[in-house]
Amino acid sequence: MMAAAFFSMPRITRLAWHVWRRNLEVFIRTWKVNFFPPFVEAFLYLLAIGVGLGTYVKEINGIPYVNFIAPSILAIAVMNSAFFECTYGSYVRMYYQKAFDAMIATPLSIEDVIAGELLWGATKSVMYVVIMLGVLSLFGVVALPLALLVIPVAFLGGLLFAALAMCFTAITPSIDALNYPSFLFITPMSLFSGTFFPLTLLPAAFQYIALALLPLTHIVAIFRMLSLPAVSWTLLLHLGWLLSGTAMLCVVSINLMRRRLII
Amino acid sequence: MDGISFTVRKGEIFGFLGPNGAGKTTTMKMIQCVSPRSGGTLRVFNLDPEVHPDAIKRRIGVVPQETNLDPDFTCEGNLVTYARYFDIPKDVVKQRVNELLTFVSLEEKRDVSIEKLSGGMKRRLILARALVNRPELLVLDEPTIGLDPQARHLIWERLKLLQAQGNTIVLTTHYLDEAARLCDRLVIMDNGKILNEGIPSELVQLYVGNEVVELEKSEDVLACLRDMGIPFEEVGDTVLIATARAHEIARTLLERCHPHKMLTRPATLEDVFLKLTGRRLRE
Repeated sequence: MMAAAFFSMPRITRLAWHVWRRNLEVFIRTWKVNFFPPFVEAFLYLLAIGVGLGTYVKEINGIPYVNFIAPSILAIAVMNSAFFECTYGSYVRMYYQKAFDAMIATPLSIEDVIAGELLWGATKSVMYVVIMLGVLSLFGVVALPLALLVIPVAFLGGLLFAALAMCFTAITPSIDALNYPSFLFITPMSLFSGTFFPLTLLPAAFQYIALALLPLTHIVAIFRMLSLPAVSWTLLLHLGWLLSGTAMLCVVSINLMRRRLII
Repeated sequence: MDGISFTVRKGEIFGFLGPNGAGKTTTMKMIQCVSPRSGGTLRVFNLDPEVHPDAIKRRIGVVPQETNLDPDFTCEGNLVTYARYFDIPKDVVKQRVNELLTFVSLEEKRDVSIEKLSGGMKRRLILARALVNRPELLVLDEPTIGLDPQARHLIWERLKLLQAQGNTIVLTTHYLDEAARLCDRLVIMDNGKILNEGIPSELVQLYVGNEVVELEKSEDVLACLRDMGIPFEEVGDTVLIATARAHEIARTLLERCHPHKMLTRPATLEDVFLKLTGRRLRE
């Protein structure tokens, strides 16, 4: 595959929404299993890190520690829900259930199918963030109504992680090999993206690497500006990074999947 | 694929016959607009699959070799979800799903999840799913693979019914009886090439003849046949003689060669198939 082929613009039609809807229907049918985890996760984080660790770390740069980590909890939820949906979830649908093969025998193209999967991954991020935002609001650790703006950003961030995940799904030799990106990329990112301590504590070189390569850094930064609130013009830079990163990864992931499934 | 050429006529059942790895499935995938071709011309309804996949796929129904029903849905749910991929309006879907479940005798399994179905039921549901968009052309890859005789007969009967309603059907199979029973015309493929094309009965007539005499193999029988100058073929522990005058030959052999066991039978597509593709085992 020529390098240019990775970036060729895929033709996506509105039929992609049918794939999204198929996943939504399955999700709704098992809603109890699906809505419970984010609910509990928000509590656990708040308790263990906010209250537990917060007893010692009272505040960071004048911000109460619980308020400091509240946006990080949301950002990590965005990352995890989309990433795991479009790695393990999509892989199971593709490889074990042969669902994509069945779909491309209909007017759906492989591009439509993958686009639908990505949209679904992003939607899942949004749903998780909405639930967790509710829990965090009850504890009064996020500033409403500005914090509501994390919801649209969650869609963008979710789309980014869905596309990133789909790239791994497209090249993984087996479902077990998906553990590599999960443990070597996602787990460290949830710790070193300015989530539980400020990025500025890290060596300068690492700060640049985090800003250049770790998408979570930008989501955490935006979420924190919106939830504290402490909005500054740099929000636009983070947003710009997310927008371009998402666009690029969406295109690449669809082309990679096309190569895996067709050629 | 290596320079294959074929034309399917409207309203016929056209078969692709061949051993494993002959290229049947690849050919089907090209027709379904899934696999690209490296050269040559392919037209489905006079449209190029690489230019108008959407328009073609709206008019065909596909039964894949591998069962790929959606395990997250019931029988009804599978058909309804699939119909949505074709943009079929909701009220039409409801009625059509009822018709199709009846057509494949699965009305009672409407709300049953896929994993609770038997192999035959799954194949029937896949057939129903392939019909959800009222296709003009039905493409079936090994439609009765792994099914018991009852289930196979039910599928065959339904396919004949569909043909009677004006559908065109293309299928692959390596069951010779299935091909002989269903196909109006067929091609025999091996190693990506088409070895022959024709009407099943004519192919049998052309390559084997009317009838076959089978004898149990022994040194005496072989020597006797050689003495008499009768052409024969050895297959395992049997000897086959293709002939137009089976009874006459059988009587002569009974008198002169004293075989242990002997039978005469009509020549079948299997004889043609083995003659053309050889007897080597395929992986």
